[in-house]
Parts: sequence; structure tokens; C-alpha cells
Amino acid sequence: MAGVNAATTEKQAQPFALSWRAKAGLIAVLVYAIYAASQLGFSWERFEAGWELGARFIGRLFPPSIERLNILWQGIAESLEIAILASTLGILLSLPISLLGARNLMPAWATWPSRAIVALCRALHPVIVAIIFVKAVGFGALAGVLALTVASIGFIGKLFTEAIEEISLKQVEAVRASGASFANVIIFAVMPQVFARFVGFATYQLDSNLRNSTMVGIVGAGGIGGTLFSAFQRFDYDFVCTILLTIIAIILMGELLARMIRAVLLDNVSLGELLRRRGKTTFRAPAGDDV
Amino acid sequence: MNTEQRLESYPQAWQRYTAGQRLLRFTLYLLFILAIVQSARTIDVIPEFLYDAPTQMADLINRMWPVDWSSFKGTISKALIETLHMATLGTLLSIVLAVPVGLLAANNLTPNRGLNLLARFILVSSRSINSLVWALLFIAIFGPGAVAGTMAIAFRSIGFVGKLLGEAIEEAHPGPIEALTATGASLGSIIQYGYWPQIRPAFWSVVLLRWDINVRESAVLGLVGAGGIGMALNSAMDLFQWDRVALILLLIFAVVILAEIIITRCRKSLL
Repeated sequence: MAGVNAATTEKQAQPFALSWRAKAGLIAVLVYAIYAASQLGFSWERFEAGWELGARFIGRLFPPSIERLNILWQGIAESLEIAILASTLGILLSLPISLLGARNLMPAWATWPSRAIVALCRALHPVIVAIIFVKAVGFGALAGVLALTVASIGFIGKLFTEAIEEISLKQVEAVRASGASFANVIIFAVMPQVFARFVGFATYQLDSNLRNSTMVGIVGAGGIGGTLFSAFQRFDYDFVCTILLTIIAIILMGELLARMIRAVLLDNVSLGELLRRRGKTTFRAPAGDDV
Repeated sequence: MNTEQRLESYPQAWQRYTAGQRLLRFTLYLLFILAIVQSARTIDVIPEFLYDAPTQMADLINRMWPVDWSSFKGTISKALIETLHMATLGTLLSIVLAVPVGLLAANNLTPNRGLNLLARFILVSSRSINSLVWALLFIAIFGPGAVAGTMAIAFRSIGFVGKLLGEAIEEAHPGPIEALTATGASLGSIIQYGYWPQIRPAFWSVVLLRWDINVRESAVLGLVGAGGIGMALNSAMDLFQWDRVALILLLIFAVVILAEIIITRCRKSLL
């Protein structure tokens, strides 16, 4: 009897103890982490040396250099142009593709090719697409625009197709029953239902293109990325700091702008309201892509 | 009489937007068009390059075919495994780094405005800096190689994991937490028994999602010298070995698809 009591109190002491499977999993993860770290060449000496180098590196970042502002401005302007054009092209192209891909509106022979295009656009990293376009159309901003257009089609195309597939078919039937043509069905029955989400995706994509346009320059596709990369290679770390701070500032401004666009187009605020309230419309980036 | 006049001053036809709203919308559309036109006019496009794009593309495909399968053994297969290690270890490291930041960012767990803002700032700066730029920064510190790549992936992922984790904690139901607090439980126990069971599904899905993204990202980090298959890609491109480039691109494609299949499987068994 006493033994049973002791056993039960012992059990009660740890009512949520980890199961043996969870324990084994944790140990496996730990063992893997140590193995992978040794494979990749992590070592304590390297970290110790790294601290010192890191401190020196950060010391050289400050104060930010403001000598070559015209080069900075050229790169930033090109990045902005790439982002705007890529978003425009991407949105314009992904509209018909995602309409074709919606299973509730289109027959199977139309949906699967457009779904395949979207999947292909999503699978490759924008930088890799940029490499291919740099080979095809040469160095410069055009390659960046094309690469980010492909990325935009992959992202907006997928989400917009899903949005169209979720619409209510009652309105489509009603408009169709009035004898509307196919184009009118799309304009008056489908579009009003998905417009709000579409604006959300489009502004998010503009934001994301802004971020990525600073990156494609590293492989020669134009924009501030190229300037940043060459500043790194010439050890102009104070100029690197200026570029990074400018990028962060532009991305923050882009987020504000995107929020404003959503407020005007979706919530119908007036100018006074827009100035008074800030950040009421929250749009959560659809999980499933890089936030 | 007075009421009639007042009624007449109202518009007779229904209008969806007020004049102010319409003005704002038109301004916005005008700004869009201006931005697009201005970008299209000033962007630097060399027309000669555009004209011979089809020839260049045909040339590229010609050089890529047949794919150089024989070079898979040796450096490329090693680089591929290194890429997977970088993605996985970077994700594990980012969890360790992001969990405290995520806990600090959640307003209900850390009711301190200053700490919340600090955590948010860390998350935003982690996300605003691209992983390639993180890689460049860590190469300056650790030197070229997979260590810099792993650290870049870990630091880039802090923002993603921490933000989504913080949001999950903020959405947790307060009932169990209040009950635990009433029993006098310590903060550690509250997190372990109150929050953890509630955020566990969100946590696993965030981690799996980030691992999937990291597999894609780790494949390109090598372009700036941060290890993995990107380094093999870069050297193959510099040497104009396009058949080798084709092999590497196919391998990256296959790994990305495989990663997606794995996370779908894992999600089914874990959630």
C-alpha cells in the first residue's frame, strides 16, 4: 500500500513530464546540431577571433560616410524604379494568369497550365532568376525588373487564385442569369468580391519588391545592391553603413505608404481622417512566403 | 419651404464616395501613374541588349544542354549537403535567438512598453536587411565560408520566427494563464504550462515554414561567398561552365521541391 502511494505521489510531482519520444527528439536535435556545426567548421577559436573582428568591423561602420551621396541617390532611384515597374508588370500579368487558374471559374485545361506557370515562378529564388535574366538581357536594371516580375507573378498569382476560388458563386450566378457576357461576369461578380484582398496582396508585393530590389544588384541586375556589393568589396564600410541605413529608412517609408494606400482604397477614409489616425488597418502578410 | 430647400441641396443621385474620398482616390491613382511613367522613362535600358535577348537565351540553353551529370560526385554533392546543414543549423540557431525576443515582443507576457518596442525594433531590423546582406556582414566578421552563411540565415530568421511567435503568444487565451497565476506559479511554469500548449501548433508551423524558406535562401548565399551550393554555382558561372550551372540549378529545384514535400508531411504528423 505504501509503495503504491509513493508511486502515485512521484507521478503527481511531474504531471506534464516529457514523453520519451519528445526526449529522444530533443537529444537527436542536439546531436545533429553538434554534428552539423563540426561539419561546417564552427569552432570556439573562430568565434573568439570573430568577436574581435566584429568589434573592429562595427567600429569602421561608424560614422556613416556622406561623401558620395550622388552615387547613393542613383542606386536608390534605380532600385525604386525596378520595384515600381516590377510590381506593375507583375500585377498586370498575374491578373489574367490567376483568373485562368481559378478552378471554380475555368475548365481544367485552362487551370493546370497557369498553375504550372505560377509554381515555376515560385520555385526559383529571385536571385537565381536574376542571374538567368542578366545572361539574357545583359547587365542593368532591365534584368532586375524581369526577375522581380517573375517573383511577383509567383506570389500574387498563387494568393489571388486562392482568393478567387473562395468567392461566393451566388453573385456569379445572378449576374450570369441576367445575360451578362463573360467579361461582365468577371467585372461585376468576381472583381468586387476579391478587390480588397487584391489591394492587400499588391501593396504587400510592392513592399517586398522594394526589399528585393536592393538585392538583385549583387548579381548585376541593377539598383543599390550593386553599389552595396562594390562598397563591401572595397572595404568602404562607412559607405556600407550609409547604404544600409537608407535602405531601412526606405523600407519603413514603403510600409507607411502601403498602409496609406490600403486605408484610402479599402477603408475609404477622407484626408483629415488619414492624417489623424495611423496604422489602424492591419494587414497580416499571408504566411507562406518570406515576411 | 426651408426643409424643401435643404432637401434640394442634397444630391439627387446616389453616390458611393464623397467628394473628398473621390479626390483622394484620384490623387492616389494619379500618383501611381506618375510613378510608373517616371520609372519607365528614366530607367536605364540598353535597347541593343534587349534586341538580342532571344539569341542570347537560345545560346544559353544550347550551352546548358546536355546537363553535366558527371560532375555531381565530389564537390557538388558535398556543397549540396553543406547547404542543407546551413539551412537546418541556421533555423535551429534562429529558434534559440528568436524565442526570447518573441517573448519580449508579446505585450501580454511582457507588459512593459519599452521592452516591447526594443524587441520590435530588433525584429524589424532583422527582417529589413536581406539575407545576402547579412551574409556580407558575417563574412566580414567570420571570413568566407559556411559559418558566415549559417549565421546570416539565423539572424535573418530571427525577425520572421520572433514576429510570428510574438503574435501567437499575444493571441493566447488568458484563462489558463490567470488560473496558473492564481496558484502562485513562477514565470517559467506559466510559460511552460500556460502558454506553450497554446502556441505549440503555431510554433511548429512557423519553424517548418522558415526551414523551407531557409533551404531556398541558403542555396543563393554562396554567391557572395557564404558557403553551400551557391559557391559552386558562382564558380561554375565564372568559368562559363553552363552545363554545370544547369546541373546545379536542377539540383536546387529538386531540393526545394523535396523540402516542400517534407514540410507538408511533417505538418500532418506534428499538428
